[in-house]
Amino acid sequence: MTPILEARGLTKRYGKTQALAGLDLTASPGRVVALLGPNGAGKTTFVRAVATLLRPDAGTLHVDGIDALRKPASVRQVIGLAGQFAAVEEAMTGRENLEMVGRLFGLSRKQAKAAAVRVLGQMQLTDDADRLVRTYSGGMRRRIDLGVSLVGTPRLLLLDEPSTGLDPVSRLRLWDAIRSLVLTGTDILLTTQYLDEADRLASDIVIIDHGTVIASGTPTELKTRAGDDMIEVHVRDTDQLPAVSGMLATIGHDPRVDVPQRRACVAVDDGSSRLMDTLRVLDGQGITVEDISLRRPTLDEVFLALTGKPAQATDDSPEQPVGA
Amino acid sequence: MTGASVLAPSPGIPRAGVNTGAGLWSSSITVAGRMVRKFARTPQLIVFTAIQSAVFLLMFRFAFGGAISTRGHLSYVNFLVPGFIVTNILWGGMGTAVGVAEDVEHGFVDRLRSLPIPRAAVLIGRGLADVALMTWALAIAAGLGFAVGFRPGGSAAGVLAAFGLCMVFGLAFEWVFIAGGLVAGSAQAAQSIIGLAVTPLVFLSSAYVPVQSMPSGVRQFGELQPITPMADAVRSLFTGADGRALVDHSTSYYVGLSLLWAAAIFVVFGFLAVLRFARR
Repeated sequence: MTPILEARGLTKRYGKTQALAGLDLTASPGRVVALLGPNGAGKTTFVRAVATLLRPDAGTLHVDGIDALRKPASVRQVIGLAGQFAAVEEAMTGRENLEMVGRLFGLSRKQAKAAAVRVLGQMQLTDDADRLVRTYSGGMRRRIDLGVSLVGTPRLLLLDEPSTGLDPVSRLRLWDAIRSLVLTGTDILLTTQYLDEADRLASDIVIIDHGTVIASGTPTELKTRAGDDMIEVHVRDTDQLPAVSGMLATIGHDPRVDVPQRRACVAVDDGSSRLMDTLRVLDGQGITVEDISLRRPTLDEVFLALTGKPAQATDDSPEQPVGA
Repeated sequence: MTGASVLAPSPGIPRAGVNTGAGLWSSSITVAGRMVRKFARTPQLIVFTAIQSAVFLLMFRFAFGGAISTRGHLSYVNFLVPGFIVTNILWGGMGTAVGVAEDVEHGFVDRLRSLPIPRAAVLIGRGLADVALMTWALAIAAGLGFAVGFRPGGSAAGVLAAFGLCMVFGLAFEWVFIAGGLVAGSAQAAQSIIGLAVTPLVFLSSAYVPVQSMPSGVRQFGELQPITPMADAVRSLFTGADGRALVDHSTSYYVGLSLLWAAAIFVVFGFLAVLRFARR
């Protein structure tokens, strides 16, 4: 089966910034692939290269078997793009926006009308179809923007940070809409800084940093890689955290302490037997444990383990509680 | 396996088709349709630009006009209004630059560039829409001029030719504003860049004041730059003998010179805009 996306050694440099540094990525049809990485990792640059909006300096790039560097016009026939901003005309209604782009995708007037009705249903915007986009909420704008890229039923849909700036309810609705697309034969490449988004939405996660892929696999595979299990200890009194942390350092590697949450956690190899050891030692030291748990690592912890820095390194992204 | 992820295909999934995309003409019309609708549905755009023009005209006609001598038989209102109509194109062009920059800033240009349409359609569509909007703006400017007392003394053919010439200038300057908007990348930057470029061109020309009254240096700049022959050409066509008496050369000289300017501006800035637009 032809990969929907195949990148080999992609590089792109802007002045002193190496946005892509030999990026390799292959994605099979029928999957949702999430590109996960901090700001400046090269996610948007890669999406723009796939969308034929920029030309890589070196490397090869095939979209659905089409050479994106030699035949960008053919690539545009099989892709849809929803960028970081809602690129819709505010002075037109939702329906008009969809019909306009449908016409540009090459549909007849009648087909464009039918496609608009289909997409409005898909995006749950039928009731608001004939209002000007200017009056839409942020979540509705995002959905109409996503919808606009779907009127042509692309084989590969590119979503650059689709849920940025959305409230939790709008986010869930958008996720539902995205998930339902795969069933209609549209593959998805999305970028995100949100680990839970990648975890919930994607069948495959590709973690990139400094313009290269540092890890890839299913969410479960990636969690396994970061260490088998996590032991997490909640204490009643924060004064006891240093002692707990010191103890955890003896059974695992590099424990982390979260003072406001009154807890400490560490990655371990042999989870269940280590859990017993931990309990015994803590009890012997007279530390009052409120709660102790053995769990799979979160993607946040995976990212930390793989890159040596937290995924949410930028100050403009919302705080993700450790182990959330 | 650190670089690539070879993923298992999910069987039984339907495949979406290929979008052939719209042709050049059809996509240009679609893009133009969006521009016209946007304009028609944004009353601020229509009303405020008209009010701005009116305030401008009233100030020159009634507040400054008394101090400005045209050194001839031509009354100041008949001197001013042809210049006002020409420069109205330039002030209106700021809206184009800001609109283009907003489209770049908000990803609209990227979306259009990612669609299976000829990329030229995006620019041609805007051009087509702006012809319609320019006709509207010219009608408003002429109406305002008439309202403050402008009475063209030229022949009907001359008046028509004057409007035609304004359209030609508009289409040429269009590309300055499109290129400016593409380069600026944000609405605010576009406003500043174009404002900075347009202001000296407009005021240091024969549009509102005869250049002969300016000190040398400024006067030389005024005589060399494109707005002066454009204003002189349009004024000569509108006002006939009285307007021609103010300038050294024949009407056809100014029409020819201003058309040369328009052609040069069209070629240079059109090329820049296309180059910038196609860059990736």
